[in-house]
Amino acid sequence: MPEFIKIKTPLSDEDVQSLKIGDSVLITGKIYTARDAAHKRLIDLIEKGESLPLDLKGQIIYYVGPAPTKPGYVIGPAGPTTSGRCDPYTPVLLSLGLKGMIGKGVRSKEVREAMKKHKAVYFAATGGAAALISKNIKAVKIIAYEDLGPEAIRELEVENFPVIVANDAHGDDLYEEGAKKYRK
Amino acid sequence: MREVDYNTIVDSVARLCMEANYFLGDDVVKVLNRALEKEESETGKDILGQLLKNAEIAKTEKIPICQDCGFAVVFLEMGEDTHVKGNIINAINDGVKKGYTEGYLRKSIVSDPVKGKNTGDNTPAIVHTTIVPGDKIKITVAPKGGGSENMSEVKMMKPADGIEGVKNFVIDRVTRSSSNPCPPTVIGVGIGGTFEYVAFLAKKALLRDIGQRNPDPFYADVERELLEKINNLGIGPMGLGGRVTALDVFIEVHPRHIASFPVAVNTNCHAARHKTTII
Repeated sequence: MPEFIKIKTPLSDEDVQSLKIGDSVLITGKIYTARDAAHKRLIDLIEKGESLPLDLKGQIIYYVGPAPTKPGYVIGPAGPTTSGRCDPYTPVLLSLGLKGMIGKGVRSKEVREAMKKHKAVYFAATGGAAALISKNIKAVKIIAYEDLGPEAIRELEVENFPVIVANDAHGDDLYEEGAKKYRK
Repeated sequence: MREVDYNTIVDSVARLCMEANYFLGDDVVKVLNRALEKEESETGKDILGQLLKNAEIAKTEKIPICQDCGFAVVFLEMGEDTHVKGNIINAINDGVKKGYTEGYLRKSIVSDPVKGKNTGDNTPAIVHTTIVPGDKIKITVAPKGGGSENMSEVKMMKPADGIEGVKNFVIDRVTRSSSNPCPPTVIGVGIGGTFEYVAFLAKKALLRDIGQRNPDPFYADVERELLEKINNLGIGPMGLGGRVTALDVFIEVHPRHIASFPVAVNTNCHAARHKTTII
């Protein structure tokens, strides 16, 4: 079993800068869900100069569209979706104080550069481990765009939510380093 | 002519949608356990362990393995001496609607690719129909997730590219897919036929159980070679580095036009979902 680093949201610059690629992290606190459809709406609001349905400062966005909630459950299975679809929108959100993202898959060069500039971290969660991951979600509240169904923005209360640092604020990339290490 | 009741089809399809989403195949569980022994990366081992634990939770609690419960792809083998009262395609769609609604499965289908909204019941299904001798109906439901589907590709190669060209294309496709299709993946490869048929072959290849080789020893060897080469790429579980990038590679072939050499790669995640019933 890897050694876990425990962090609480919202994240400070110090929290972010202490994390390195390959670190196994357990997140506790509030995080916010948004997929590309919700990102597009946030960017439209920013471009119009209107206020956002959430304050991004120090927060973590989780790229997820959960399955429906079975009676007696807090949330349906809720694993990460492909982060790359949010790449075109991410640098703007980072400039507004977003400190962390949880998803799966590589990020664009633009996102990685913006992460370094604004001090942010990208965590990989295990794609396809949706049932397991949902056990670490203790409360759910829709805060915007209910019409988007699974793609609505939700506030999640998470406890010891397991992730791995894939891109850190120092510009390192585990996708690149990891594959290099094991390539034959 | 044998008559089959409309609701028999509806109920069977609904059940298959739920079972495919809740129960990871025993073949996949077995190969994941083997992968866990083989994996050298600590992060990779942690991830493979999570996938096994996840499968156990999904099975016990009857909840989906993954939140992306897929496009309902249905392979229908219709016995020519059978008739379904009402329309069988409608019955399949009613089954998908029932399965995805009653089974708490995520609805991921948009009505029109550009102007559309979520259809709300995961219909329409994609139905591939084959007419076969006899009076039985064989239905396979293979829910297909978007993340891995997006890492798929058709290439119209030159006949001169040959099998080496195919191998290079598959390796290149997997390399470019990197972490996106949630490795460890299952890779379906189609060779031959036409532009549209080769994609169907690659999809059909994904219906095989892990370890089931192409009956032609030539293609069986290519499958083994490709699997080894893919696992030497170092991409690893979730693309974070490691020994296990794919769980298997399946090749399906078909006669081709003298001028054409179509090749398709259909990528699947570890949730190689497919359940079959015979009515």
